[in-house]
Amino acid sequence: MKILVCISHVPDTTSKINFTDGDTKFDTNGVQYVINPNDEFGLTRAMWFKEKQGASVDVVNVGGAETEPTLRKALAIGADTAIRVNTDATDGFSVAKQLAKVVKDGGYDLVIAGRESIDYNGGMVPGMLAAMTDANFVANCIELEVDGTNAKAVREIDGGKETVSTSLPLVVAGQKGIVEESDLRIPNMRGIMMARKKPLNVVEPVDTTSETTTASFEKPAPKGAVKLVDADNIDELVNLLHNEAKVI
Amino acid sequence: MSVLVYTESENGKFKKAALEVVSYAKAVADQMGTTVTAVAINADENDNLGAYGASKVLSVKDGSLDKFNAKKHAAVIEQAAKNEGAKVVVLSSSANSKYLAPLLAVGLDAGYVSNVVEAPSSTSPFTVKRTAFTNKAFANTEINTDVKIVGLSNNSFGIVEAGGSASVEDFSPSIPDSGVNVESVDKATDKVSIADAEVVVSGGRGLKGPENWGMIEELADVLGAATACSKPVSDLGWRPHSEHVGQTGKPVASNLYIAVGISGAIQHLAGINASKVKVVINTDPEAPFFKAADYGVVGDAFEVVPTLIEKLKAFKAQNA
Ligand SMILES: Cc1cc2nc3c(=O)[nH]c(=O)nc-3n(C[C@H](O)[C@H](O)[C@H](O)COP(=O)(O)OP(=O)(O)OC[C@H]3O[C@@H](n4cnc5c(N)ncnc54)[C@H](O)[C@@H]3O)c2cc1C
Ligand SMILES: Nc1ncnc2c1ncn2[C@@H]1O[C@H](COP(=O)(O)O)[C@@H](O)[C@H]1O
Repeated sequence: MKILVCISHVPDTTSKINFTDGDTKFDTNGVQYVINPNDEFGLTRAMWFKEKQGASVDVVNVGGAETEPTLRKALAIGADTAIRVNTDATDGFSVAKQLAKVVKDGGYDLVIAGRESIDYNGGMVPGMLAAMTDANFVANCIELEVDGTNAKAVREIDGGKETVSTSLPLVVAGQKGIVEESDLRIPNMRGIMMARKKPLNVVEPVDTTSETTTASFEKPAPKGAVKLVDADNIDELVNLLHNEAKVI
Repeated sequence: MSVLVYTESENGKFKKAALEVVSYAKAVADQMGTTVTAVAINADENDNLGAYGASKVLSVKDGSLDKFNAKKHAAVIEQAAKNEGAKVVVLSSSANSKYLAPLLAVGLDAGYVSNVVEAPSSTSPFTVKRTAFTNKAFANTEINTDVKIVGLSNNSFGIVEAGGSASVEDFSPSIPDSGVNVESVDKATDKVSIADAEVVVSGGRGLKGPENWGMIEELADVLGAATACSKPVSDLGWRPHSEHVGQTGKPVASNLYIAVGISGAIQHLAGINASKVKVVINTDPEAPFFKAADYGVVGDAFEVVPTLIEKLKAFKAQNA
């Protein structure tokens, strides 16, 4: 089985979010980048397929050279080959277009992406990629088994979960659950050394346009100070929630 | 040229999010000088949608659509949009709508923007405000394609009664085969889900152990709320993973979010900040959550929560 794991390169969860150029660009100053958490869960599941079922695992990112340390980290965790499509990720559609080319060229059977990137939160790349490559698609995937060309997955739904059967070629959008947090691997020295020797192939992008463009960013309006209610005066809290906030 | 809206139902009944997306679609249609057509699958009482602004409802009745299937449902909406010559398609942020949206976007060659929180600021260029960076910011995004798909964030626009009426037409699209088959569904039917909830009551490590969740559930019960928890609580196995909210868990966009014994770490706040009114109950006045909250009680959850339950019950009895 040939597996491709899509890796989005995102600001670490504690990053301060600021903008420059008249609020049109994300300010990368001092920002630490990491593998998108949802993708890290997916990559770890892919390693399980590699070890238990002899799958090959490649990772891919659509982005500039600045994303290479993130791809190297994925190699250090255990991926075989990394691919970087050399163009800026401008919107979900254009990223999916680039990935579709990689999937077709590489003849991948299973693509594991994440539920959403924690920066743009589009939640759209995996589904678009599935539609563009005529693959089956399972979103919010929290369990995945593959047997030959058949797959069984569990998907989180609002208020519960659902078990589905499907077949390869398949794209899943994974999240915590596809492996547990305790299964995540911190690259060790040997992994890091080996990663330096593994191929990181830079491929040129296909011609495509963005369907959406971000004209500007805004930060939420500063919040007013919290209204403290005395623990002995919970009646007042009920009153405020009813008469002032109008939420009960 | 109308605005098309997909109105989700469960067991024949429209979900609240369906009424909200119709209200939103009506606002968009007014801006564009057109009308709203809803597409409803196996729903009863289709004419109810008129009250929220739909002029027409395309009613699809098909047993093969009883279980949600992203590809089949997307195909239905795609055909409805093409039939109507719709330029804008509005969807909710339910797990199912988010599942089908990218498939629909490819099918319609439509630009798709998710997590939208307001009516368009302009319809030419078509510009919507969406959350980004997990609620730490907003992005004003233009959709450049002829057909546009807007995914509306739950509880962001509200339900608006327009007081009109809708004509209902039968619609029989062709349903494609799908390579994904639902084998079983495991869903608590007696509980409000976090996604659908207007009120969410959430507990953190300050509650000390799973045996203390009775009062959280009771508080949720009184408020008709869903229960949620911080990440360590689900990691410790005190509560199921499905209740974990925050940046790496489920997003919460409720009208009221009550956090009990949660410190308010940045990763927690990121996922719940879209909630309108936040209440925090915490013993530590220095807990970061107080900076993000609207109302706060500095106190011991084991005293404050039972009192709050009692006061809410009294309030409900009085206002019943
Ligand atoms: C990559 C990454 C992703 C993460 N994603 C998430 C996420 O999605 N969601 C999430 O929640 N966290 C997430 N976290 C974890 C986050 O950083 C915090 O560790 C976590 O939110 C803390 O949970 P807590 O507030 O329940 O516990 P604590 O930080 O231990 O806080 C407990 C609070 O309870 C209060 N307390 C104690 N006793 C009482 C009492 N009797 N009555 C009232 N209050 C009391 C204390 O004063 C304290 O403020 C993430 C972390 C990382 C590194
Ligand atoms: N630039 C990118 N390169 C590779 N994969 C990506 C990229 N952007 C998004 N993805 C994948 O698509 C998933 C969902 O991303 P999004 O649609 O941006 O929320 C991510 O978790 C990644 O697996």
